[in-house]
Amino acid sequence: MIPPTFEYLRPSTIPEAIAMLQQHGDDAKILSGGQSLIPMMKLRIARPAILIDINHVAGLAYIREEDGYLKIGGLTREADLENSSLIQSRFPIIHDTAHVIADPQVRNLATLAGNLAHGDPANDHPATMLSLGAKIVATGPKGERVIPVEDFFVTLFTTALQPDEIVTEIRIPLPPARSGGAYLKLERKVGDFATAAVAAQVTLDGNGVYQQVGIGLTNVGPTPVKARNAEAFLRGKELDEANTRQAAQLASEEAQPSSDLRGPAEYKKGLVKELTVRALERAAERAGK
Amino acid sequence: MAKKQLVRVKVNGRDREAEVEPRLLLVHFIREVLGLTGTHVGCDTSHCGACTVVLDGKTVKSCTMFAPQADGRELLTVEGLIKDGQLHPLQEGFKEEHGLQCGFCTPGMLMSSYVLLQKNKMPSEEDIRWGISGNLCRCTGYQNIVKAVQYAASKMEQGGAK
Repeated sequence: MIPPTFEYLRPSTIPEAIAMLQQHGDDAKILSGGQSLIPMMKLRIARPAILIDINHVAGLAYIREEDGYLKIGGLTREADLENSSLIQSRFPIIHDTAHVIADPQVRNLATLAGNLAHGDPANDHPATMLSLGAKIVATGPKGERVIPVEDFFVTLFTTALQPDEIVTEIRIPLPPARSGGAYLKLERKVGDFATAAVAAQVTLDGNGVYQQVGIGLTNVGPTPVKARNAEAFLRGKELDEANTRQAAQLASEEAQPSSDLRGPAEYKKGLVKELTVRALERAAERAGK
Repeated sequence: MAKKQLVRVKVNGRDREAEVEPRLLLVHFIREVLGLTGTHVGCDTSHCGACTVVLDGKTVKSCTMFAPQADGRELLTVEGLIKDGQLHPLQEGFKEEHGLQCGFCTPGMLMSSYVLLQKNKMPSEEDIRWGISGNLCRCTGYQNIVKAVQYAASKMEQGGAK
């Protein structure tokens, strides 16, 4: 499949890339990993007249802890997340997520920032970032703007990013002691989008009472779903099976899946319920109960 | 037509260059411009992995990358596995263990397995299956593909081949 013709630009700095975006407006698209954009261009669903390839911008691929945040650069690849010992030891939920995205070849190119900026509710990181309370740093002509992830996803394929902004960093607040998280996904085969998936991030106190709870759902609505009712129900409650089951019930009620090749809506709601139970259990296990 | 882009790559150790339209996919650059037809176009939708090549030491699907993105970088394709007329232990393994039936997926399987063995000299069966999880075999010859990779791992361990 041959995509429509386009002009190819290759800036070496972010300000240069932003100037190009300002000049070309809606006609331009940023190319980072390209693993969602290029297939859409080949299908001619996306037809940018200008592609701005930011892969030559230096210093934009990193994973580090700084100022109370885990900071992930705009060009950090899924494979980098998957192989990072910092992620594996401190943020297993992010490892869980990166590990089940597409396949090894795609993960070598695809980026976390692109996974979010694409605005696809079937993508995996949005749910995880919702559960972690991440912040998205968008850089534009006026400098950096920090967008809480819960305000980022506007509607299908539409985010809060302005046409002249680029996602340059993702910040995740460092969780307090006794925190843990997990991402569980059911997919028909490697490389498929989730039939449904659930991210759960919890913080417990010394008595096993939930202090903080974040729950995000993948591919069960027009945007990634933050299961607010389930989160609110658990906060201040004790970790026990009845509470877990009730929270899972609430999460499944917050899901708005549609019936498709991956299954009927009712099945997906049931799936969200079961995956929520399992994700909460694994999260609590990792929090050290 | 868009302005042409100069693409300079090192392919299997040789410097090559050409001016191409930016929309030219890397797989077509490799097959039609460089004339290396060992890399296959399978599904053309980023699913099957038949077009897998090694770019700066990492596997990528060359149907989901534009040729100008490879500018200044190093490529290894299936043609680059053979050394001094000797099959690579992986190629030998695929032959000995009947790791192919129709052979269409083989170039991609070889490139994914090649990188897997660079990182993990003695992979378990699960490691191998995970390593080739981005490559589909329509003949469903996975059993023998796994055996072929194991053959190569043992051979490389003994012979110190790369």
